[in-house]
Amino acid sequence: MSTPQIEIQWIAALVAVSCAIPGVFLVLRKMAMVSDAISHAILPGIVVGFLVAGSLNSPLLIILAAATGLFTVVLVELISKTRLVKEDAAIGLVFPALFSIGVILISRNVANVHIDTDAVLMGEIAFAPFDRLVVWGYDIGPQNAWVMQAILLLNILFVFLFFKELKLSTFDSGLAASLGFAPVAINYALMSLVSVTTVGAFDAVGAILVVALMIVPAATAYLLTDNLKTMLFIAVAIGIVSAIAGYWLARFIDASISGSMATMCGFLFFVVFIFAPQRGLLSILRRTSRQKLEFAQMTLAIHIFNHSGENDNLEERRKSHLNKHLSWDKKFSEAIVQQSLNKGLIKLDGELISLTEKGQSFVVAAQRLISSKNHPEFSSLRKEFIIFSE
Amino acid sequence: MDYYDFFTGLFTDYTTQVIGLGTAFLGLMSGVLGVFAVLRKQSLLGDAVAHASLPGIAMAFILSGTKNTLLIFGGAALAGWLATFWISSIVKNTRIKSDAALAIVLAVFFGFGLVLLTFIQRMENANQAGLETYLFGQAATLLRQDVISMGAIAAFAIIVILLLWKELKLITFDPQFARSLGFSQRWMDMVVNTLIVLSIVIGLQTVGVILMSALLIAPAAAARQWTNRMSGMIVLSGIFGILSGVVGTGISSVGNNLSTGPVIVLVSVMIVVISFVFAPGRGLMALAWQKNKNRKSLALNTLLQGMYDTCRSHQNIKHEHSLAIIKTLPGYNRKTLKALRHEGLVSITKENEWCLTDLGISKAGEAIKSGRMI
Amino acid sequence: MSKNAIEINDLTVAYKFKPVLWDIDLEVPAGVMMAIVGPNGAGKSTLIKAILEIVKPLAGSVQLLGSSYRKVRSRIGYVPQKGSVDWDFPTTVKDVVLMGTYGKLGWIRRPGRAEKKLAEQAIEKAGLSDLAMRQISQLSGGQQQRVFLARALVQDADIYFMDEPFQGVDVTTEKAIINILKELKSRGKTVVVVHHDLQTVSEYFDWLTFLNVRKIASGSVADTYNERNLEMTYGAKLTVAP
Repeated sequence: MSTPQIEIQWIAALVAVSCAIPGVFLVLRKMAMVSDAISHAILPGIVVGFLVAGSLNSPLLIILAAATGLFTVVLVELISKTRLVKEDAAIGLVFPALFSIGVILISRNVANVHIDTDAVLMGEIAFAPFDRLVVWGYDIGPQNAWVMQAILLLNILFVFLFFKELKLSTFDSGLAASLGFAPVAINYALMSLVSVTTVGAFDAVGAILVVALMIVPAATAYLLTDNLKTMLFIAVAIGIVSAIAGYWLARFIDASISGSMATMCGFLFFVVFIFAPQRGLLSILRRTSRQKLEFAQMTLAIHIFNHSGENDNLEERRKSHLNKHLSWDKKFSEAIVQQSLNKGLIKLDGELISLTEKGQSFVVAAQRLISSKNHPEFSSLRKEFIIFSE
Repeated sequence: MDYYDFFTGLFTDYTTQVIGLGTAFLGLMSGVLGVFAVLRKQSLLGDAVAHASLPGIAMAFILSGTKNTLLIFGGAALAGWLATFWISSIVKNTRIKSDAALAIVLAVFFGFGLVLLTFIQRMENANQAGLETYLFGQAATLLRQDVISMGAIAAFAIIVILLLWKELKLITFDPQFARSLGFSQRWMDMVVNTLIVLSIVIGLQTVGVILMSALLIAPAAAARQWTNRMSGMIVLSGIFGILSGVVGTGISSVGNNLSTGPVIVLVSVMIVVISFVFAPGRGLMALAWQKNKNRKSLALNTLLQGMYDTCRSHQNIKHEHSLAIIKTLPGYNRKTLKALRHEGLVSITKENEWCLTDLGISKAGEAIKSGRMI
Repeated sequence: MSKNAIEINDLTVAYKFKPVLWDIDLEVPAGVMMAIVGPNGAGKSTLIKAILEIVKPLAGSVQLLGSSYRKVRSRIGYVPQKGSVDWDFPTTVKDVVLMGTYGKLGWIRRPGRAEKKLAEQAIEKAGLSDLAMRQISQLSGGQQQRVFLARALVQDADIYFMDEPFQGVDVTTEKAIINILKELKSRGKTVVVVHHDLQTVSEYFDWLTFLNVRKIASGSVADTYNERNLEMTYGAKLTVAP
């Protein structure tokens, strides 16, 4: 591999990691589409910043454009507050408007600005090695790499310093507020971080693909773990793999590098979506059909229990009547009865079903389980600071 | 050309007519379907579907080698449907919420679409020039057959909406009640989603993949401010959509053929902003005016009551008080006092002292009895 | 044909295999005014939704007026929780009430003069005549509830299901609802109400069902409203008010 190639991959990896970190919080806070909005809305900020600063890697541009990102979030909030439209519509109005302004500014070739619309969408990571950073006569690498390194540092610092505030405000903002952690401030800080990261990544991967690197690896990680720290690490790892693999794919088929990276993110997501242990589609389908049988056996046992003993009802205990009272179709009833027989829960006396001793204790345990589901302790368990599925 | 040329061109020049009609159709359909998208809170779904259609467009070209509009519509629609399907699959089967699902599908499909586009660019085929217009849209590329297809699709959508009007209204407002009546929510959802996908698809050539979603939202958001009836909202939204489309196209053709997408979107957002500010009753100006009126009325009442209470403590209820005393009353304000005088509720004596008039006394008494403000 | 308006057997409903309703057996005689009470998450709303086929049960059967729901749909009225819709919807009171006629109209047919007259009558019964053309976002909570009530009245049903109609309403609305319920009862209708306020159960209703995932008890208020059932349902010592 040549040096430029290494540098490109290094930048790609930097971008992936810098995006994955705030991305995890965006996914958990249900603000994924805000990253889409910001990545579009900063365009006019970048154009104006470019006019003022002259280079895409200037810190002035980054601050200006990031401010536009924050402005977008504030504007959306203001509009939502007027209650003239709902929040999703507000988002869907603000960022296209700003993006359109940006595109028009560019196409008017304002002062011969050298950004073209392709670059806006796809970035120009292939050209990154050409803008060098020269300090005291020493060439220390591509400018963009240093920008991204700084941004990555910022991200890591932020999460490290404010980890518990972020965690708390993400899962329980009410509690966070009452403890004095100012979840609103944290939110704005996070949005600023997202803006800054988006601007930095813009040069490399363009607008829309920042969204891919922020959201997709984080969502993939969300399917693999319940632990916030682990989620961050997995998201970062997946991001890096997607970035590098995307780069090589693009070289192989001679296509857009950033597009390939997004495609790779999607591919990895798809694989995990299907095959993840516990939360993947296959696991869920398997578990669902198994649970259906278990549940049905519980239902049958309790049904027999309720119609035996003092409430003995021969009609209800008839095998052939199951489909009438429980509304199960014939085949399903047969299968459940057979399963329950196999498990020793019931015994058949011609057409009549009765519970065995095992079946009776099963019913008692099942009923306890059912009533415990409403026990307050169970619900407080759900409020813990760990990601819980619903 | 200039604005005059464009405007007259709409009536005289064939090409301009074709383009104008095309953008009118798409504006109409986005406006109408946008009402449903906005009321069902699916604004961002439109964004995802629009971005996701890019690989469909590219694939249609790769597989057919042509830029036949119907094939491209088909490819885009197919990709859009696939997107909605995958989005709901993610939400239904995993713990990923809808916002993340939208973002995932949007970014991945679009990224893949860009890969295909750049791949096409390397292909040895002169035909592929112009696929990039699907990114930001260019109305000038509209041909007669495109417009015919757009018109047919728009007509189809309008007919469906007219036929199923009450069902659509019901399922959008109260899906549970609808189900209890026996209307299938699944079918209705499928109908609406299909129509939304179609309205996005016919707009892609003119507004582009990236910005099409805004055209779905803006006319409807604007229309909502002017009416409280859904039928009115749909009509108005259609009109706003047509306006955005045609005016936007006009502006961009005058200005050196800018991509039409951004201009159309800005026109539509402008309409929204005007609606937000100036709509009677709901608009910001109307609200501010009402607030101001309320404030003034409250001030008037407070001062009047204050004076009334003070006067009552005297034998003569028309006892005069000097300005210095009036100034100590709650709610005192030069303007308010002036207003009271203007309304004939207080008067000033030759010695520069203030007292209540008969009208003022009776109004104050009324207000106390009824508990309402004058 | 039984004298029961509603017969439920072994009804089990689960959400992602967490049980919400378990093995419910219930008989509701015709012509009663029944309250369903239980703690939050007890499955009260779900019970109604399962009966109306809005949610699909895992097991069990429901008979309404001796038939399946689908066959007698036109004789059933429904008042959902008012919090289940977004009231910022662009429509008027009359429009919403008219929706009650949609079931009988079927697909595509639009409401005509007859339907509009029915709507006007129902609006008047609910005390909303002045507000008929009002935009629904401008209504108070109590008025919104009455809109839903009027909509159900238009359905001209034999059994009415209502989900927490007294929740968060003003005194006028409460009185209006009670009057309507009394009138329905005097015409021999069956009314099933998910009720949130234990205090008013014996005042408003004559039949009572205690629900907490399982059916705890069901019968006349006199027979069922006692400390034992309260404790079993709510899991804590609640005392019966004198």
